[in-house]
Amino acid sequence: MKDNSIKISNISKRYRIGVKEEIHDSLIGKIASFAMSPFNNFRRVQKLSKFKGLNGGEDIIWALKDISLNIKSGEIVGIIGKNGAGKSTLLKILSRIVEPTGGSAIINGRVASLLEIGTGFHKELSGRENIYLNGTILGMKTDEINNKFDEIVEFSEIGKFIDTPVKRYSSGMYVRLAFAVAAHLEPEILIVDEVLAVGDAAFQKKCLGKMSETAQAGRTVLFVSHNMHTIQNLCNRVILLEEGKVIMDGKTHKVVSNYLKPIQENNIEGESSLRNWPGSRKSPGKIRATYLRTLDKNGKTCSTFNIHDSITLELDIENISKNGFVVSFLINDNQGTLVYQVRSQDSPIDTVHVPTSTTVQMTISELKVIEKQYTVDVWVGNHFDKMEDFVESAIAFDVINVGHSKLGLRSIVHETGKWKIK
Amino acid sequence: MNRKPALPVHQVIIKPKTGWQLIDWKEIKEYKDLIYFLILRDVKSIYKQTVLGFSWAILRPFLKMIVFSVIFGRIAKIPSDGIPYPLFSYAGLVAWEYFANSLKRSSGSLITGSGIFTKVYFPRLILPIVPCIASLVDFVIALSIVFIMMFIYGYVLSWTILYIPILVLLMLITASGLGMWLSALAIQYRDVPYGVEFLVQLLMYAAPVIFPVSWLPESLKLYLGIYPMYGVIEGFRSAILHQTPMPWDLIGIGAISAIIILFAGAYYFKKKERIFADVA
Repeated sequence: MKDNSIKISNISKRYRIGVKEEIHDSLIGKIASFAMSPFNNFRRVQKLSKFKGLNGGEDIIWALKDISLNIKSGEIVGIIGKNGAGKSTLLKILSRIVEPTGGSAIINGRVASLLEIGTGFHKELSGRENIYLNGTILGMKTDEINNKFDEIVEFSEIGKFIDTPVKRYSSGMYVRLAFAVAAHLEPEILIVDEVLAVGDAAFQKKCLGKMSETAQAGRTVLFVSHNMHTIQNLCNRVILLEEGKVIMDGKTHKVVSNYLKPIQENNIEGESSLRNWPGSRKSPGKIRATYLRTLDKNGKTCSTFNIHDSITLELDIENISKNGFVVSFLINDNQGTLVYQVRSQDSPIDTVHVPTSTTVQMTISELKVIEKQYTVDVWVGNHFDKMEDFVESAIAFDVINVGHSKLGLRSIVHETGKWKIK
Repeated sequence: MNRKPALPVHQVIIKPKTGWQLIDWKEIKEYKDLIYFLILRDVKSIYKQTVLGFSWAILRPFLKMIVFSVIFGRIAKIPSDGIPYPLFSYAGLVAWEYFANSLKRSSGSLITGSGIFTKVYFPRLILPIVPCIASLVDFVIALSIVFIMMFIYGYVLSWTILYIPILVLLMLITASGLGMWLSALAIQYRDVPYGVEFLVQLLMYAAPVIFPVSWLPESLKLYLGIYPMYGVIEGFRSAILHQTPMPWDLIGIGAISAIIILFAGAYYFKKKERIFADVA
């Protein structure tokens, strides 16, 4: 029998987004608006904290609407959803950083929230001083930090730089130190926002290990991430948010596959229709990408490639601008690292004297990237290099490693090199 | 069944606040480690990468004292209760600088601390109080120079310096009370820090820093006492230099208004607290 660790009932949160400013064309209008600006500014700033009525204006958004959840102690819950779905707002309310507009939540146990790493770090202070400062900010007691101090230093791999001001640290060292403190938190409830997105891959792995250790010690963990891989590794329950509401709540694989379905349905075995794109897309203009395929060396659609295979990206484009266009493919690994950016500007292709519907092909003759899942962003611009269409994660493909040793392979790019003994 | 012995559970209820509670001392006590390290951070970081370091705590009032001695002492010939003007103004300036620094840093504390309180929960009331305590270090350093100046001018210390902590407490209460109010305003209206710059200038000339209280008409005296710095600065000089009796009437009125300022400040801060993270 387990008690409720967090009980959320009908939590709502509304925000006021910035009001559009009036723009005057005439000089008189500009002078008048300048003279009036203190009054208008005052009204605008004051409005940030005032809400008239329940629907006090068009610039109000409900970041969360009637969220009710029960989280049992010891559960590791992942929260997923698109940007702006309300994930971070929910974490902020549970961390008592912002107050809900309506509803309530009961939290049994001490909470530590990691919405950011290195909160309160002071650049002028040494690593040692910052460990204490950051630790107490995150809710640790001085004795607790004293006990864990050596462990934290060892985990951070900072070593002899511990008494150097952190402004002299490299960004990697800074992140590692911040992580080391965070990783040694031992609250009853841990709230984590997407903080693992920084740091190098090896260190990330170490942190994930430490985190699942924390989770297995019977603590309740709430975890927001865009990385489905991490979610699947860590969580046993996932909540899907959309526009401030709980859309799905259940077993990890069920919710994750449901979340990924719209993207995967458009993306069968190396083909992806971009016409009615459900995911993230920016300003389709006069030139738009309509279909994307990944092809193997025989020109067949394919979604799995060996580490040194060739890959061809084939993109259908509709161009009603009567001018030329440019295309960029951005290939990212599953941690969001941009591995390749391939631009048509770098090759002499004629995009002017072609029909409205055209197909562009780009081939990378040797992938040379290690086994991971990769996603392709498609960027289409006009002849002035201005963006006309941008589709994020338009297609995904897997790279496998057959015939090359995986042992000790750490770089993203796998270069075999030409070796000889002289 | 849960076999572990039931631990005392720490329960928090999150909901929109309706009533109000001024200062939750129990909660603040729970965060004493954080308060300690925030004060330490303020003290350690303020003069980092300066050549003169903590000497600035002395130099700032000392340089002002020189300017004031020339302009107000020599040229304007403002009386100083028979005390040499440099000593008279420096004694006032030491107290004043503490108050002014605390007030400036306290009213900006939410803006500078927004990186922390938008990411982690702790009682926000800590933020405007911490700089008022951290500024005490500067105060003590600057105070030491008073004793050297007294030695040079041939003044002897008296047991009345034991009154100083009372006066410091009065300044701490006034500065943090005003700081709570101004910082809560400043996080939403970013005009406030600019206004505070001017306000502090104005408050200095309103306080008996460059002139003695005896210079003003007797009938006004008790009204002026409402501004706590009257009793504090006049009392400060009398405690150190014992040329005039301790102005307990001024200090008493000042103490009452300081406590009112503190409670009003805390009330406004608490009322606004829930929107800090939204407007920051």
